[in-house]
Amino acid sequence: MNDAILAEDLGKRYFIGKQERYRTLRETLVELAASPFRRVGNLLKGHATGAADLHESFWALQEISFAIPEGAVVGIIGRNGAGKSTLLKILSRITEPSAGLARIRGRVGSLLEVGTGFHPELTGRENIFLNGAILGMGRGEILKKFEEIVDFAELEKFIDTPVKHYSSGMYLRLAFAVAAHLEPEILLVDEVLAVGDAAFQKKCLGKMGEVAGQGRTVLLVSHNLGAISHLCPTTLMLERGRLEAYGPTDEVITQYMAKVSTQLAIPLGDRTDRRGAGPMRFQSIRLTDPDGTQSGSLRSGDSGVFEIGYRSTDGKPLIKVLAQIHVADHIGNLLFTLSTHFTDVGRFETLPPEGKIHCQMPSIPLAAGVYTVSLGCSVNGEFSDNVKEAFQFNLVEGNAFGSGQAPIGQRHGSFLVHHQWHQAHGRGD
Amino acid sequence: MDNQPRISAIAETLIQPSSGWVSLRLGELWDYRALLYFLVWRDIKVRYKQTVLGASWAILQPLLTMVVFTIFFGRVAQLGPEGIAYPIFSYAGLLPWTFFSLGLTQSSNSLVGSQNLIKKVYFPRLAIPIASALAPAVDFVLAFLILFPMMAYYGTRPTAMVVWLPFLALLAFGSALGAGLWLSALNVQFRDIRYVIPFFTQLLLFVTPVIYSTAEVAPKLEEMGIPVWIYALNPMVGVVEGFRWALLGLDAPIFSLVLTSSIATLVLLVTGLLYFRRMEKTFADVV
Repeated sequence: MNDAILAEDLGKRYFIGKQERYRTLRETLVELAASPFRRVGNLLKGHATGAADLHESFWALQEISFAIPEGAVVGIIGRNGAGKSTLLKILSRITEPSAGLARIRGRVGSLLEVGTGFHPELTGRENIFLNGAILGMGRGEILKKFEEIVDFAELEKFIDTPVKHYSSGMYLRLAFAVAAHLEPEILLVDEVLAVGDAAFQKKCLGKMGEVAGQGRTVLLVSHNLGAISHLCPTTLMLERGRLEAYGPTDEVITQYMAKVSTQLAIPLGDRTDRRGAGPMRFQSIRLTDPDGTQSGSLRSGDSGVFEIGYRSTDGKPLIKVLAQIHVADHIGNLLFTLSTHFTDVGRFETLPPEGKIHCQMPSIPLAAGVYTVSLGCSVNGEFSDNVKEAFQFNLVEGNAFGSGQAPIGQRHGSFLVHHQWHQAHGRGD
Repeated sequence: MDNQPRISAIAETLIQPSSGWVSLRLGELWDYRALLYFLVWRDIKVRYKQTVLGASWAILQPLLTMVVFTIFFGRVAQLGPEGIAYPIFSYAGLLPWTFFSLGLTQSSNSLVGSQNLIKKVYFPRLAIPIASALAPAVDFVLAFLILFPMMAYYGTRPTAMVVWLPFLALLAFGSALGAGLWLSALNVQFRDIRYVIPFFTQLLLFVTPVIYSTAEVAPKLEEMGIPVWIYALNPMVGVVEGFRWALLGLDAPIFSLVLTSSIATLVLLVTGLLYFRRMEKTFADVV
């Protein structure tokens, strides 16, 4: 069998603009006077960025080699910033690689965003044609599939209404319907299944499965490990720009979960997979009960305190600190965010160079299960530190409802919602 | 359904870093003509949505400009050649000028305005500025509708040379696109360009014979040591004078003007295409 996609040593380097410190006024003036000329010079030489200085660069992707046979449906997983989207952008020719090469056999259709190029002033009908053309369909092809697209989107009645009057759900349905009828030999999809209501998501998954069944080659990026294991027999895992694993989906997902756990074993202060270079650095995090005793067995619905240790890199006090805690379920779906910004604290005016902050929840609104926590902070309005999957905690079944029965995250959904049932009067209709 | 992969029809694409000057790949643009068509169609459809006057704007703009020009430049300043009504004279110049300046402005801003598309879908990026420069053609045609009644009113008959109008319009399009290619690619990197464009088109209006005729300024330019051919390097000089020559039968050293302007347009267009294609690979990362 032929390979639909063959990548050899693919790499993508981005240049990061570096803030230069000017030491004297004279240097500053010289720099100011010279920089436009230097920029124009760089520009004429065809460098990637004329506006930024070209000192610092990082590789978003490095030494990526793989072969995907014709007709294979392959998932791509990896944490945020692992390079998943960059890889799709290179394969769909949106951006050029900085190194290596890829051979692609067949027409490529890419779906990196639902509804790209939709114009709010145009009607649903007009947008179908416009969007279809943008995604690479010819006019005849769109005409042929028009009815099918409208059916799929369930929007017959509104097809001649400008899409600016659509609800967001209708908009997504229309956008996905066009995309779902794209019939290239190779389809690249980025995280588009994460949108829309559950019923429509299911319909899209069905359509994707159908596409996969027709012998097309599909590459699917998703954070939804459930969808990946459902649709893709093989999976490719990226980790900080490198290809970490490529094989049967079950094995790769197991490896991915193990990876997340090993990351967690590293003390927070030593983690290098963080973003931001501000003065405030997270050093530790734990979840305890309000008395501050160890966290091991917190129950669903108990009150809990996130205790976050931090340190200032320059030893100076930190001013105007905004801190955030993002809580996600075990496969990475964001559930809720706790932020100083949402409370009357707003921002901590000053914090000592080293210390701890607490975030207390009167009742942890989560069902029994495993959850991951990401942390972020800014100091004096500047983004300072961000660690994804900084911490994982386990909640055991509690008795929050006082009934002795309690939901379990895996089976009943993540949230713990207090509720009452009554028998009411009146007839059933 | 025809799902059998046809081996012969499967195109192989090679993706690798490019460097230096790259080929123009105009053939690929042809493959995407449906997209080009829909982009132009979108621009036209959307332009006058939710406006009260709608497409009449296309006529009102040159018409009102003509009225103001006639009062201040025609009457007060006594510009324009003998033997032709100034309103007709300036309107015939404003037609291609408006087409050019709209096309230039819109194509220069087009890439930045289409960030979303550029970051999320692949297609030949050339389609964006080309579509933006092409869309004002509709305004241009609409504005023409006023010209003929005006000519009838002032008793001016079109000459047989109107057959040259399509070529001259193409020249206006070419120079708008050529400048638009340069400016749109630069605009991706330097948003300064956004502020330069209105200023630039305004200045350009004064060095283009819209308000006055080339015959009026040529002797004075010569006196200052500027030969007319340098003046005609502004591509719109040839276009505007050409329009008046073809429509109104106004005499001018038309052949040399149009030739000089055509060469200038060609140079602008080719260098614009080359520069655009060279910078194209960076658009998605920088815009």
